[in-house]
Amino acid sequence: MSAVRAVVLRTAGTNCDAEAMHALRRAGAQPELVHLRRLVEKPEEARGYRIFCFPGGFSYGDDIASGVVFAVEMRARLLPAIRASVADGALAIGICNGFQVLARAGLLPDTRGDGGPEATLLHNDSGRFECRWVRLEAVTDRCAWLSRGQVIECPVAHGEGRFIVKDERVRERMQAAGQFALRYTAPGGGKPAYPANPNGSPDDIAGVCDPTGRILGLMPHPERNVEAWHHPHWTRRSQSNAALLETPGDGLAVFENGVRAARAT
Amino acid sequence: MSTATTTFVQVSYRSGIADPAAGDARTALEAHLRGRRIASLRFVRGYVLDGVDPASGGPRAMRDVLADPVAEDGSVTGIPGGVAPGEEVLTVLRRAGVMDPAEASCRTALRAAGIECAGVRTVRQYVLRADGAPLGADLLREAAKKALANDVIEEIHVGEHLDLRTPHPAPYRFQLVTVPLRDLSDERLVALSKERTLSLTLLEMQAVQAFFRKEGRDPTDAELETIAQTWSEHCKHKTLTGEVRFRGPGGERTYRNLLKETVFEATRRIGRTDCLSVFRDNAGVIAFDDEYGVCMKVETHNHPSAIEPYGGAGTGIGGVIRDVLGTGLGAKPVLNTDVFCFAPPDMPEGDVPKGCLHPRRVMHGVVSGVRDYGNRMGIPTASGGLFFDERYVGNPIVYCGTVGLIPRKYVEKGARPGDRIVAIGGRTGRDGIHGATFSSAELHDESDVVSAGAVQIGNAIEEKRCLDAMLRARDAGLLHGATDCGAGGFSSAVGEMGAETGAEVDLEKAPLKYPGLSYAEVWISEAQERMVVAVAPSDIAALRAICDGEGVEMTDLGRFTDTGRLVLRFEGTVVGDLPMEFLHDGLPRTPRDAEWAAPPTAWTWPAPPAADGGHGATLHRILGSWNVCSKEWVIRQYDHEVQGGSAVKPLVGVRNDGPGDACVVTPVVGSPRGVAVSSGMNPRLGDLSPYDMAANAVDEALRNLAAVGADPFRAALLDNFSWGNATRKDRLGSLVLASEALRDAAIAMGTPFVSGKDSLNNEFTAQTPSGPRLITIPSTMLVSAFGVVDDVRRCVTMDAKEPGNLVFVVGITRPEMGGSHFALVSGAAGGTCPKVRFDEARAALGAVHRAIAAGLVRACHDASEGGLAAALAESAFAGGFGIDASLVHAPWEDAADGGADVGANGARDEALLFSESPSRFVCEVRTGDASAFREAMAGVPHAAVGRVTERPRLVLRGVRERLLLDEGIDALRDSFTRPLARGGVR
Repeated sequence: MSAVRAVVLRTAGTNCDAEAMHALRRAGAQPELVHLRRLVEKPEEARGYRIFCFPGGFSYGDDIASGVVFAVEMRARLLPAIRASVADGALAIGICNGFQVLARAGLLPDTRGDGGPEATLLHNDSGRFECRWVRLEAVTDRCAWLSRGQVIECPVAHGEGRFIVKDERVRERMQAAGQFALRYTAPGGGKPAYPANPNGSPDDIAGVCDPTGRILGLMPHPERNVEAWHHPHWTRRSQSNAALLETPGDGLAVFENGVRAARAT
Repeated sequence: MSTATTTFVQVSYRSGIADPAAGDARTALEAHLRGRRIASLRFVRGYVLDGVDPASGGPRAMRDVLADPVAEDGSVTGIPGGVAPGEEVLTVLRRAGVMDPAEASCRTALRAAGIECAGVRTVRQYVLRADGAPLGADLLREAAKKALANDVIEEIHVGEHLDLRTPHPAPYRFQLVTVPLRDLSDERLVALSKERTLSLTLLEMQAVQAFFRKEGRDPTDAELETIAQTWSEHCKHKTLTGEVRFRGPGGERTYRNLLKETVFEATRRIGRTDCLSVFRDNAGVIAFDDEYGVCMKVETHNHPSAIEPYGGAGTGIGGVIRDVLGTGLGAKPVLNTDVFCFAPPDMPEGDVPKGCLHPRRVMHGVVSGVRDYGNRMGIPTASGGLFFDERYVGNPIVYCGTVGLIPRKYVEKGARPGDRIVAIGGRTGRDGIHGATFSSAELHDESDVVSAGAVQIGNAIEEKRCLDAMLRARDAGLLHGATDCGAGGFSSAVGEMGAETGAEVDLEKAPLKYPGLSYAEVWISEAQERMVVAVAPSDIAALRAICDGEGVEMTDLGRFTDTGRLVLRFEGTVVGDLPMEFLHDGLPRTPRDAEWAAPPTAWTWPAPPAADGGHGATLHRILGSWNVCSKEWVIRQYDHEVQGGSAVKPLVGVRNDGPGDACVVTPVVGSPRGVAVSSGMNPRLGDLSPYDMAANAVDEALRNLAAVGADPFRAALLDNFSWGNATRKDRLGSLVLASEALRDAAIAMGTPFVSGKDSLNNEFTAQTPSGPRLITIPSTMLVSAFGVVDDVRRCVTMDAKEPGNLVFVVGITRPEMGGSHFALVSGAAGGTCPKVRFDEARAALGAVHRAIAAGLVRACHDASEGGLAAALAESAFAGGFGIDASLVHAPWEDAADGGADVGANGARDEALLFSESPSRFVCEVRTGDASAFREAMAGVPHAAVGRVTERPRLVLRGVRERLLLDEGIDALRDSFTRPLARGGVR
């Protein structure tokens, strides 16, 4: 089997790079941690990667708004190279701040192709940064990173996660294209209220993909639930079933799906 | 309004999109409008772009960078949407020279978009319409000052028109300043110390005078400042390391060096071989495994947080992170802790002394300061606590801690003669000048006016860059020495690193935020986010390449020498030349007297509860008291999951709302080896017995570690003292007793102290109509504990797991009601302070650890505030099950003094429920494991008292199986979660 080269792009304020590297590695990819400046200076190097990972953090302090500075830095030179790679079958995932970057850069939801942002992530309804575990359900069969119906429990940790589209037309197009990828659900399934939907996103949207399904952006952190001891309730379950202590967290499946899809193209 | 070379971009959420910032501002303002209401409020972000043409660059900056095209409207010609008649405009902008962390990012983005600008100031604006007539400038300004802005660092403007010209400070013209002091009288020496905020005593000023008389010259201002910084209480801890004559319990005794003969002595005697570095570096280091060490440091940042809570707390966490980054050749921060003490958030406005911010505002500011800094740094904040007492009103206590991971090969360091002195990180400005000396002085009601310069504003992203660069330089083998710029800035960093060698610094090389700083200001500035490293000249180029790659500025400031002298130059002129020996060893020792008289411990039981359910009501009051209640509002604002290592979270249980005893993280991502971190603190005990307070703090910290499954005897400890003015005998007396307790407890438990810090002078003089009133904080002893966990999958949590399991109580309950939360909620004073019996403690903690390691314990919770009743209640609601228990079976012993505390009215039930005797746990054990558990408890008093039940009620029985309380777990949870659910806003 060929190695799947992945790049985890970091810059000032990126801080979820270590867990993103770990999740990709555990899922079978060969991740490299690369500074944004380097790829902006040498966009041709982007061609070698099958997976682009935009990890979480506070790039440039989220000054102006989350992800803006990263997106602006990427816009002129790197963005076309990434678009070309994705067109050629590469995958991309933006987690939390990475999702904010992809939205600001116009890579998501990217319903028109001219790159202008059609959606944004605004301050949480609560007005506060919040860190808590949520339950997600994959609601599309379009996305290479997900399988429809898949349930993922993992933490959110953000202050700007309320996903808003520009207008009703964008929403309808996204709906038709199966781009609404992940929804928050109530702990036992079903329609969530706060805090199960932690930020007040309309329609409980937690993640979206591009029309090809190869670019996924999501606010929650699946890379923070890849080990047996990550889940907040592992001490409640483990002693009744010792095997659970060896079972990875259900966030890992996202990365395994991605690596599988990257390998297939 | 714009001038030819300035663009003012204003941005706001499009109408119809909810803006929480606007909602929050409205709520905050209305609290101070004397009953007036706000009908509508819009929030506007503004960017003053210096050197950008409003006709060409401005609109592009707005469209491409500053305004969100999906959700926001922007304008370069005034407030978006205009200002309608009847609307009022409130603007908050930073005072000139106050650091604006957003500036650098804005410039980076604008440059990437092809727009060059000379400077950026960010502005907040509120466009509001009042119900009824306009509020007017005076009322608005007053409300804004209380609710939205801090006068110390921000200006408030009312009205649409602003003067946005950027001030350009005049360049500095070099002039050597000497301070004549050789001929000064004692009186004048004291006056000089005060005028220059040197915070030196007469004895110390005399030593300085004698030194310069001998040198035959007067000092330069830079020399005098260097001495003051180096000799400050903050840097030198001269009280704790000084000579103390004590009179009090145990008779008279004298310490040559209090700290060395108590806390350090314990560490020396314990002699644990896994201690890699203790008390000599920024943080203490113990072994993690064969490859890594783990280190921890806890700092106080009290005084700055009193004046500017947000900035003060942010720079508090920023500073302790740098401490860890400057440990050895650099440790990677993997966990932050925070423990705060405030006056109660519901303190009536009228009780807040002039010159103090309201405690709720202080709390909100401190929490957001730590949140915004810690979260941006990407370090999980997963351990901490909140404590409330009226006496913190003038002096909030902010303890910030950081745990780091360091390859063992990088623990040792030392600058070599010939190495370059290199500064990495942020630029130097006038920020925080006099932080070290200011924090050693008492606060008074004009502190916010005279100390504005001492406020520091942090920039987390600058520090993150610095961290990334430092660790890469470390791994490339480029560093010989490293330390952080904390209090005293370059003066203490270079002074410390070069203490054994000597150093020469060229001060004009330091990059500045703005012109106009004198050489002395450069030398002592406490601008944040700076590190100093020692690098061989041949490695400078490699270091530069790393820093360039990270976008971090690095500057070669000079070199380490072998002269034993600290030489400062400015453009070639010597502006300071001091022997390191005088600087570090010239401080005269001031013997101090200390005494302690134990307060009366007479205790009267509060009237017994009138009817059935009375104990239940008491339990609800305890769970809902400020100290005990849920801190979820704080915890959720911190990212405690970042770095992917969270194994035992701060909140646990089926609904993630149970208060965990300690947090556990795995610092090497993917490996199950962990670090557990906890703390112990109860200032209420300090009023009664400082010795017992400190012993209890050690017991509590270690007990918390044991409760999650960590080995308490492999832990290491940290001591943090926040005290009143220790030149007063009674405060120093309690400090002595606390230090002795730390020594005794550490030796008994075999757990060394590896690092510590003290903050004295936490007193505030309030002006009241009846004259000045001195408010002294309770003596506040924080003990932090950290220890290695071989496999986190062996850990347990405190939530009840399965109905039918047995509930055991481990450890002896005694009627020790002094300082208890039972006393607090029932208004009882006095009482016997809970005593730590070290042999009992050692046995109980060890047995619980063994039982957990053997897999015999399903849940474990330490009994602390609120006693067994609170511990069982928390376990029950966190697990979503009930507990039915007869506490009369719990190990019990009457008070040694004949049971005075039990009293005539048969108050053993109250003591069983609510006594806060130390070294106790409640453990949930499967029936099948009960005999093995009992075996593990051999020699330790323990008893099965009841079971976990499906029925969701806490049912507790007492003497003669009498029903004491029967409460639903949802109601108990509600009492616990409600008080702080909205940050203390009721």
